Amino acid sequence: MANLIVARGDRSLRSLIDTDGGTVSRELYVNEDIFEQEQEQIFNRCWLFLGHESQVPNPGDFIVTRMGTEEVLVVRGRKDNQIRAFLNSCAHRGMKVCRYDQGNALIFTCPFHAWTYDCNGSLVGAAYQYAPYAYDGGIDREQWGLTPVAQFKNYYGSLWATWDPKAPSFEDYVGPFAEGIRYDCEASDGEEAGIEVFRPFQKWRLPTNWKVPAFSSSTDLTHAAMTHRSVNAASIGPDRGTMSGGERHKRRAPFPSDRFAVGDHNLGHGGNWTVYQQPGVPEYVDTWFEPGVDEYFREARERKAMKYADRILPPHGHEGGHFCVFPNFIMDSWRWRWWHPHTVGVVERWSLFGIDKNAPKPVKDAVRHYVMRYNGPTGATESDDMENWNYVYSASRGARARKRNYFFANGLGRGIESDQYPGVVFNGTHTEEAHRARFSRWLAFMEASSWDDLYPINRAKSHRIW
Amino acid sequence: MTERANVSLDAMDRVVLLKDIEQFLYMEALLLDERRLTEWLDMLAEDIHYWMPIRRNVKFGDWDLEFSDPDSEISYFDEGKDILVGRVRQINTGVHWAEEPVSRFEHIVSNILLLEVNGDEAKVSSKFFCYQNRLQDEVNLFVGRRYDTLRSDPDTVFKIAKRDIILDQNVLLPKVINTFF
Repeated sequence: MANLIVARGDRSLRSLIDTDGGTVSRELYVNEDIFEQEQEQIFNRCWLFLGHESQVPNPGDFIVTRMGTEEVLVVRGRKDNQIRAFLNSCAHRGMKVCRYDQGNALIFTCPFHAWTYDCNGSLVGAAYQYAPYAYDGGIDREQWGLTPVAQFKNYYGSLWATWDPKAPSFEDYVGPFAEGIRYDCEASDGEEAGIEVFRPFQKWRLPTNWKVPAFSSSTDLTHAAMTHRSVNAASIGPDRGTMSGGERHKRRAPFPSDRFAVGDHNLGHGGNWTVYQQPGVPEYVDTWFEPGVDEYFREARERKAMKYADRILPPHGHEGGHFCVFPNFIMDSWRWRWWHPHTVGVVERWSLFGIDKNAPKPVKDAVRHYVMRYNGPTGATESDDMENWNYVYSASRGARARKRNYFFANGLGRGIESDQYPGVVFNGTHTEEAHRARFSRWLAFMEASSWDDLYPINRAKSHRIW
Repeated sequence: MTERANVSLDAMDRVVLLKDIEQFLYMEALLLDERRLTEWLDMLAEDIHYWMPIRRNVKFGDWDLEFSDPDSEISYFDEGKDILVGRVRQINTGVHWAEEPVSRFEHIVSNILLLEVNGDEAKVSSKFFCYQNRLQDEVNLFVGRRYDTLRSDPDTVFKIAKRDIILDQNVLLPKVINTFF
């Protein structure tokens, strides 16, 4: 295979995106060299989603999660109750110090040479540490703790981290989408950080490049009618099929608003963006088959209406629509999906699903059963996405196939740049504006040798390429 | 379980019951593999609970944490007959792309063990080995065990009133599950 990238930050990648024609070379998806560079340039620098605080409610609780190709241990401190995150690799010789998915621990002892860490990641012991014929007390504990993430953020209960100490704050990284994340972490009655997630993570493998789903599944309204043609037959909706697909929109209460697909070309995020023309919240519309559930949500909506009585709803999240956080996280109301690359042709999909932490059990059960039959490898809706995303990859790898660019020109040239948010381009709901913004940001990350070249550290910079 | 199962039947009744159970489970596997899914649905009780948990890696002894809890957590399957009927309807549309073109499945069932008989219900464990071959070269293996409650029925000999499916995977390696176990 040809070496496409000569050096880190090589600008030859720019030739793989035809910004006038609105096309992207398939090399971005199938080339191993590019994949390796992405790990360094993107996954080692970006803020990545780890999980939710309700997965580690008590001191000593831990989960093992991932940041791209690497495992990360998330643990709540026993003394200070703070959540921290570390690379799951022993400082000594690299063995995984934790091989359990979830649990409660006093310490983490590496099974190789018994290097032992506390819940703060500090080295507290090692085999033969004081033996005069071995280390003789010579291990510097300060230096040989677990590798912590460079920055960690608990944002309304959602947990995020970056390996890059020079990355901007989480709020600056997500920019205008911070409000959507806050809103999706809000309970249905408006309580801030009022949700918990159902455990455990859903995890499964898909043979494709990580960007196939991560860069094109939010917002892609044009795929639904064909990809999900069969799902109405399964009657999996919250109402168990008492309304057909065509009737569903009639059940949404009218509320004056304009809906767009947006792409933030400086930050790479994008998705639905709803501009509400008046404060308040739409009236609740009955949705659920299970008795008692609509009553709960209707009552919660009334309390939420008081919170937003004089306030315009956030433009995305919940009713506003789903959106993605660059590079690999998609937030669809309480359904959170993200994509960990493994190799150039294998991605591991993880999901979490939220619910009001104070909801009564019948409400939690109804929502839980709904998300199980909708999402994941046994989800009647998502399973059809997997088929498409899988065979996109194998049909794009050949010497001939990779010479034909992918078409991303839907809406190209019709977007309108926001005055209020630099880099954010508004476009029609069924355009590929959000997709194009991902590639603007992808190229910026692949070319930049440091955060000095990247928005928002360098606020004079515009990354929009098309 | 080293003791004899809790089955207070005389030897001949026990042999006949076991044979009926075995034939029932083999017929079920055949219906799934011959794509006779609507007939397969007839083998399920109206009040079936069909459950396949997600399995966690847990510390030795933390076994209560190993299987996702059907009462509060996320599983692969955790549903009743209405949802299973919907899944079959979806496959039978012919446009459910995850299973169109349809797969070649072989469900191999073995190690059938009669655990308990209570009135008209029998508790049975069995093992399954399911081979999936799809399109040109897509191959998936699903291996695990099941714990069934079978209720005697005048039409179909039994109905499956409860099924727990214990799949031997952590991260699910196949991209989707589009069969039943």
